[in-house]
Amino acid sequence: MRATVLVRPKPGILDPQGQAVSTSLRHLGFDVAETRVGRVIDVDLATEDRDAARGELERMCEQLLTNPLIESYEIAFPDA
Amino acid sequence: MSDAALKPVVAVAVFPGSNDDRDALHALELLGADARAVWHEGETLPRETAAVVLPGGFSFGDYLRCGAIARFSPVMRAVAAFAADGGLVLGICNGFQILTEAGLLPGALRPNASLSFVCRDVTLRVERTDTPFMSRCDATQELTIPVKHGEGCWFADADLLAELEEAGQLVLRYAPGENPNGAVADVAGVSNADGNVFGLMPHPEHAVDALLGSTDGALILGSLVDAARLSAAAAV
Repeated sequence: MRATVLVRPKPGILDPQGQAVSTSLRHLGFDVAETRVGRVIDVDLATEDRDAARGELERMCEQLLTNPLIESYEIAFPDA
Repeated sequence: MSDAALKPVVAVAVFPGSNDDRDALHALELLGADARAVWHEGETLPRETAAVVLPGGFSFGDYLRCGAIARFSPVMRAVAAFAADGGLVLGICNGFQILTEAGLLPGALRPNASLSFVCRDVTLRVERTDTPFMSRCDATQELTIPVKHGEGCWFADADLLAELEEAGQLVLRYAPGENPNGAVADVAGVSNADGNVFGLMPHPEHAVDALLGSTDGALILGSLVDAARLSAAAAV
């Protein structure tokens, strides 16, 4: 089954990329207070069991996909 | 005294994308070590290894996060076991990033606040000299050593920072006004609680020859070679 992992810089973590994007958006005339830039990781898993998939994805996030000190994550299943 | 004690073996781990490994090997040899390159797929370190250096570069293309992939290389299991046993481990730049990702050093390294790659000499302040990596320095000495990185912004939250400060683990700082990357508390280098693992963003291996400017990097690498020699002598 397909899953999407959203990785975000935690609140309070300096996000210079997000700052650069919001500055650019303001130059384009958009009224933007803040943007923060994270990362999307699409994962295609062998299992079709949602709970098993979630458990596996959480372990992936803790071991490799995120650095828990500076990043948070959210798991979504787009086909659900 | 055995050869290993006179000329301690320092292993330099080489990952795909490391690019300062040869400079590190050269500098360590120059300072009296028997420096040996160790490919990342090796499960073991050379026998008689008295210190390990993780060099700078862009291991695994810096994909995902700097150091995030390299920390799972087989050699890192050997490095972690070596460090747990009290072995001396130095991480330079990408090596520092690998050590934080591996949980062997506290904090994390984020993209520079400027979003620009920075490549220049910086002035550093030595916060303590009673560590195996700083013994050749004088207290409160200022060092000039180059940095060259895009992701050297060291981060720790307020609680962790206070804890590290209290424990004296913030060993090296950028001098006032010199912070090139936005690191919290101007931290340039940090050690683990036991003091046997140390990582820094500046490149001491690029500052060992007067021809290239500063030789202050030799104070750090020379301290490491001194400590490795003592450790090798103790092991004989």
